[in-house]
Amino acid sequence: MTDLTELGIADIRSGVAAGTFTAVEVAEAFNAAVAAAQPALNAFIVTTPEAALAAARKVDTARAAGQPLGKLAGVPIGMKDLFATKGVQTTAASRILEGFTPEYESTVSQNLWNAGAGMLGKLNLDQFAMGSSNETSAFGNVISPWRRPGDTAPLAPGGSSGGSSAAIAARLCPAATGTDTGGSIRQPAAFTGIAGIKPTYGRCSRWGVVAFASSLDQAGPMARSVQDCAIMLEAMAGFDPKDSTSLNLPVPAWEAGLNPSMAGKKVGIPREYRLDGMDPDVARSWDDGIAWLKDAGAEIVEISLPHTRYALPTYYIIAPAEASSNLARYDGVRYGLRDLPDGAGLQDMYAATRAAGFGPEVKRRIMIGTYVLSAGFYDAYYTQAQKVRTLIARDFELAFQHCDVILAPTAPTAAFALGEKSDDPLAMYLNDVFSVPASLAGLPAMSVPAGLDRQGLPLGLQVIGRAFDEQGVLNAGLALEQRAGFTAKPAKWW
Amino acid sequence: MSVDTATVTKIASLARIKVSEAEVAAMVPELNGILAWVEQLGEVDVTGVEPMTAVIPNTLRLREDAVTDGGIRDAVLANAPAAEHGFFGVPKVIE
Repeated sequence: MTDLTELGIADIRSGVAAGTFTAVEVAEAFNAAVAAAQPALNAFIVTTPEAALAAARKVDTARAAGQPLGKLAGVPIGMKDLFATKGVQTTAASRILEGFTPEYESTVSQNLWNAGAGMLGKLNLDQFAMGSSNETSAFGNVISPWRRPGDTAPLAPGGSSGGSSAAIAARLCPAATGTDTGGSIRQPAAFTGIAGIKPTYGRCSRWGVVAFASSLDQAGPMARSVQDCAIMLEAMAGFDPKDSTSLNLPVPAWEAGLNPSMAGKKVGIPREYRLDGMDPDVARSWDDGIAWLKDAGAEIVEISLPHTRYALPTYYIIAPAEASSNLARYDGVRYGLRDLPDGAGLQDMYAATRAAGFGPEVKRRIMIGTYVLSAGFYDAYYTQAQKVRTLIARDFELAFQHCDVILAPTAPTAAFALGEKSDDPLAMYLNDVFSVPASLAGLPAMSVPAGLDRQGLPLGLQVIGRAFDEQGVLNAGLALEQRAGFTAKPAKWW
Repeated sequence: MSVDTATVTKIASLARIKVSEAEVAAMVPELNGILAWVEQLGEVDVTGVEPMTAVIPNTLRLREDAVTDGGIRDAVLANAPAAEHGFFGVPKVIE
């Protein structure tokens, strides 16, 4: 019999619908894979095998009764632990939320359950999604299933959606939710040889998603193929009156619209992304991508995004500023941790609770955010950053007058080892150099596996599209995927 | 602009995060490194540029002025570290 854990969304869906196997068999196979890998990879904060089975039984019963099946019927998925799940601990990988058991369900997760998906567990992540390596989680590092050949040094699965990326690459789940604030879907996807798309800001509801930087946060799917991403994004997206920035637009039929022909399309290559001292493997992989899209019929044009170099500093003002406001809610009163030293008053309790509950990177960002928003500095930092953000978005608007999609690397290097960058916040921040600009402009962007570098580690290629044009992004992603022929997977050591 | 020990202590107090002297000492160079790096934004000419308010043009919706939920006190309090008599419990704030 086929190893069910090797199957993606599309194959599971059709196999369940055809009766080749049952949804319960699929859930059992993935539950077993999750349990076996958990001690070594630590991809999950909590596992919920019974939830996966319950959802699968419902699908099998519905099928037996001849009822119509949802888009994700019988597909067990991992849920990033940033989505509130009713009755299941939701922590954002922070001690300050340890034990928090939501009384409600996030819109995105509810949409997925409505489509017939089941939950294998809550996936580990960087604390409050702040990080690029998963090393800021209060629940331990996630270990990438990938290793350098002949080397057992643990590698970063990327971040912040590092539990998601590790679990998918290790075949612990066929797909998972991610969230992307400055690259947190795309960079981990690139590091682990999988695909992931951040849709246009507002496509997926933020309701019930633990907030980091609200003007940037956007949920999206991570999976092993472009088609699987399209299927899952259709199930996740949709207008939600409970999110004030939700887009009131119908959800396009992205899966049905998939088309790998790039005939008549122009692909922009931003000259500012060609950095001095660029990793030669990354540069080569980018050239491969250009050749593949040309082969698919596209015309390649050079474009300019002149404010690219200001994107990271802009992001590291705006995101911490929003985080410092959003995280003000963790006060030890309504939910989560409370640290009440003897004889402490209310203010002391707030300060002690937040000192005990937040990790160092979260504190660092709250401090930066508090400073740039404080009286006397607001205009110099925050207003200036919002103005530069306007210029960055304008760069993209002008570029899209000359091209339909933009092709760039996803990350400046392949995965690095744990500990390699964790002592230097700035070195870690630079990992997002190619992913942050699209986030600041709210544009849809995806990473697809492009090949391996000389160490045998995956590299990703990034496609950035016009606002609302997820279809164009997915189609270019499909054209790349078909030509990259990426079949590498981590050798099982866990 | 750079921050010193006193400024970092003040920011921590504004952010309601208790910090020890050793933590402040460690944060000063870290925050200064990040601030020096973000300050390169100052060189961008932003004459006549509006600060961004909405990344994707959208209008703020108004909903019916109607009660849409309520009567869920126990659910609201379910995760509170100290809930008493149907209220959130906090340390005494009035002397």
